[in-house]
Amino acid sequence: MTTTQGGVQYSKIAEIKGPLVIVDDVENAAFDELVEVETRDGEKRLGKVLEVGNGKAIVQVFEGTTGLSVSGTNAKFVGKVMEMPVSREVLGRVFDGLGRPKDNLPDPIADRFIDINGEPMNPEQREYPKDFIQTGVSVIDGMITLVRGQKLPIFSGSGMSHNLLAAQIARQAAVIGTDDEFAVVFAAIGVQYSEAEYFKRSLEESGALKRSVLFLNLADDPAIERIITPRVALTVAEYLAFDLGMHVLVILTDMTNYAEALREISAAREEVPGRKGYPGYLYTDLSTIYERAGKLVGKKGSVTQVPILSMPSDDITHPIPDLTGYITEGQIVLGRDLFRQGIYPPVNILMSLSRLMKDGIGEGSTRADHGEISNQNYDAYSRAQEVRALAGIVGKAGLTEIDLKYMDVGDVFEKEFLSQSIDENRNIEETLTILWKVVSQLPRNELTKVKDKYMDKYYQEQG
Amino acid sequence: MAAQGRIVWVSGPAVKADGMADAKMYETVVVGEAKLVGEVIRLTGDVAFIQVYESTSGLKPGEPVIGTGNPLSVLLGPGIIGQLYDGIQRPLRELSKASGSFIGRGITTTPVDMTKEYHFVPVVKVGDEVVGGSVIGTVKETDLIDHSIMLPPDHPGGKIASVVPEGDYNLETDLATIDGTPAIKMYQKWPVRKPRPYKDRYDPTVPLLTGQRVIDTFFPIAKGGTGSIPGAFGTGKTVTLHQIAKWADSQVVVYIGCGERGNEMTEVLVEFPHLTDPRSGKPLMDRTVLVANTSNMPVAAREASIYTGVTIAEYYRDMGKDVVLVADSTSRWAEALREMSGRLEEMPAEEGYPSYLASRLAEFYERAGRVRAAGSPDRDGSVTLVGAVSPSGGDFTEPVTTHTMRFIKTFWALDAKLAYSRHYPSINWMNSYSGYLADIAKWWGSNVSEDWLDLRAEAYGVLQREDTLKEIVRLLGPEALPDEEKLILEVARMIKIGLLQQNSFDDVDTYCSPEKQYKLLKLLVEFYKKGQAVLREGGAELADIRAMSVIASLLKARMDIKDDEMDKLDQIDAQMQEQFQSITGVKITS
Repeated sequence: MTTTQGGVQYSKIAEIKGPLVIVDDVENAAFDELVEVETRDGEKRLGKVLEVGNGKAIVQVFEGTTGLSVSGTNAKFVGKVMEMPVSREVLGRVFDGLGRPKDNLPDPIADRFIDINGEPMNPEQREYPKDFIQTGVSVIDGMITLVRGQKLPIFSGSGMSHNLLAAQIARQAAVIGTDDEFAVVFAAIGVQYSEAEYFKRSLEESGALKRSVLFLNLADDPAIERIITPRVALTVAEYLAFDLGMHVLVILTDMTNYAEALREISAAREEVPGRKGYPGYLYTDLSTIYERAGKLVGKKGSVTQVPILSMPSDDITHPIPDLTGYITEGQIVLGRDLFRQGIYPPVNILMSLSRLMKDGIGEGSTRADHGEISNQNYDAYSRAQEVRALAGIVGKAGLTEIDLKYMDVGDVFEKEFLSQSIDENRNIEETLTILWKVVSQLPRNELTKVKDKYMDKYYQEQG
Repeated sequence: MAAQGRIVWVSGPAVKADGMADAKMYETVVVGEAKLVGEVIRLTGDVAFIQVYESTSGLKPGEPVIGTGNPLSVLLGPGIIGQLYDGIQRPLRELSKASGSFIGRGITTTPVDMTKEYHFVPVVKVGDEVVGGSVIGTVKETDLIDHSIMLPPDHPGGKIASVVPEGDYNLETDLATIDGTPAIKMYQKWPVRKPRPYKDRYDPTVPLLTGQRVIDTFFPIAKGGTGSIPGAFGTGKTVTLHQIAKWADSQVVVYIGCGERGNEMTEVLVEFPHLTDPRSGKPLMDRTVLVANTSNMPVAAREASIYTGVTIAEYYRDMGKDVVLVADSTSRWAEALREMSGRLEEMPAEEGYPSYLASRLAEFYERAGRVRAAGSPDRDGSVTLVGAVSPSGGDFTEPVTTHTMRFIKTFWALDAKLAYSRHYPSINWMNSYSGYLADIAKWWGSNVSEDWLDLRAEAYGVLQREDTLKEIVRLLGPEALPDEEKLILEVARMIKIGLLQQNSFDDVDTYCSPEKQYKLLKLLVEFYKKGQAVLREGGAELADIRAMSVIASLLKARMDIKDDEMDKLDQIDAQMQEQFQSITGVKITS
């Protein structure tokens, strides 16, 4: 039944099913429209229309349906899609997972209200990302280079040091030779309080908090809210980048929790599942988040995304990392073995990749030999891993002299190049110097991927 | 009469409307007050089930739905080349004029500039008999493309009653008339889901040269053939497809970014105008059409993008051109089918995909082929289809990969292990195959060298032996093998580094001419044979062979030696002969 109070229509709830409520006798509701669900005692929760027709609307309630009852609960169709109020004042603020202030300060005065779903960027209007970001983390700058406007996720596993790495990137990321404004947008999606707090403190200590915006949906916050958290965060990021011209680094952690919330809704709607119970549209849905990174022709700013996801059972073929990898421009994969050995950052470079690296490095941005020396290190480290595996079976005695040299390469690479402390900020020159040191363990004729002119300049054969 | 109904239900890209008794299956409809484009995909009584090609956010029951009477069609005429279209042939450059950096909704625009004038040269005169498909004249579309103006293939034909003289005309001008039929203009429309007819179809016998050694030499594809390139993420699908689009020796390239990254399309847009076609020296963009429906653009238009692309490809084929269509990725297209099928509440088959997935894939790949076009004069053209597959978890047993394998003849299996060790292109030589080898061997025989097929078999044999020997090495270590077998490992490594690997980002290595491919292959096989001979008869040891300085030159030849410096390969050959001689001290005859 629909009643009208003060010009606004309220509809009765017919059914509550998991995170969904089904509203009856609906007139004039639109797909995707924002809904306010009001309980008998005046509590208001937000939701949105997933399906509408034949007098019914299926509404997804972000804050969960716990405590809702069919009688006495009303739904109000707000007449617009969900929007986020934005202005420069959002910098330095902390919001909840739906974009409401969480720092006991008043709402920021809005400059604009923006639909949180965003619109797809016109590929013709994108500017191809190619500006090197120096993160100060050797393995990223040297081997998996990040550029402005890229989306480069960290694939991690439970308990590994992804948060330390992400926080280090956020603190140290700077672009060589510009004074452009920089901002960090951090979205915690179902993470523990301590993790979010670590991140916040880390930004605070480095003085970066005042140019950061935090969105916190913690582990004990409503799960369905997680569908919204990355979207409000990215809406703010797009505003800062394309309206205010800032270079924005967006950290989304943990996308696995997001996908699980999506699965919960899909299951409640009784949809035909794809792999592992995740909806068939998981790829498309994830892309509406990840594709919101980029640069635009004629606009100054950029949105760079570093989403973090924990791979269930460290399985990279699990649908969440798998579909993410198909959308993002590379991946930084953390390795359990390296982590166990106490190496930080424990990046498995062979499984990692930055698709935009080739255009962000070389003469004029990093150094002319960067591409080749990085390729040579990939090649050498990959041989080192093969040799290590072989040594595990036949013993060191069964190895050839050159094989033993490759063992050295593996050790130097991990101990001197990969390892660094969480407050060590290496510049690109230092990083490249260590890369040359690693392959200098090998005789000159083993280095087939580097041109002679660079060999003459940088190669110094070691003992 | 066009149907006029009302929306009764909305859920994502799916909309139901009643009052649609007059609608036809696959008819294009205009949905809602925002005038979104949709297509009827099911009719039940007077209720039409519509897939909408634009975001349905804000759409309400009660809004109007109006039929157009026409199936989803593309407009075919000069001006297509160099464009970037979305999945339903809306030019993205024009859309950005209307809605800025982000894609707005409900924008109508023509696929090509209808007012642009082209210089038309008639090839028919009054009184000539023409039939559907016949050419009536040509225009210069780009520096690389002579565009034939043809009668639509379903035109009944007749006697030319009038034709304009040579001159500049725009697309809407009546160029020729035939009594009893509408005037012939510079453009025609064709429904995307209906293959364009042709007169005759031939077996593919000419290789499509891509300049990629592992493809051309080991797993070739023919003009008019079909190929598939499956691989987990990060294995280099997109780079390989870009390489094919850049260097294939075809006259037209249609590149479909189907549910993939936005930046990849931008990369093509930025890069192609600056790259020159190695055969004509003109910018590659002058022969390329892009269809981009990126992953975050509406999913229904992703489903349509494949058909839009292949119809454009067939149109240029009908002019007698060789066309390559590259679709990245067919898995995303299959997912779009799955999503719509789910909304239709159809009974799912494997992994939630609809049961008609296999037949849709078959229909798509069957639109490849080398044909004689309909009408006069005789024109032979081809459409080569190359589809990427993105198997979930890199698992080749999933439905899209397994079904695709049934309908294609060349299979380039990308391998994550090779990619992790930075062996690119990471095409696994043990799992890949080509069904065209026998058909095109004749071309190599008469255009490059008679012994091509034998050399290829010899080199492939080494790789196969290496694969078996690797098992032994894994258990016992490399020292357990006799020298002759160690030589196989050594030569296999040289084939991998010096021939199979190819650096797309190296100015020289990115494209390799058939002649250079042949010479590299010959040198490596020669090295193997000589090596065998000196070990067997010459009293040399493997260490002597390993120490030969020519190995490094041989391995770097792919990057060091340009296509017009073939004599340098002959020098390497001479060096090799010399060094083999010096390690045995006697002249080896093999």
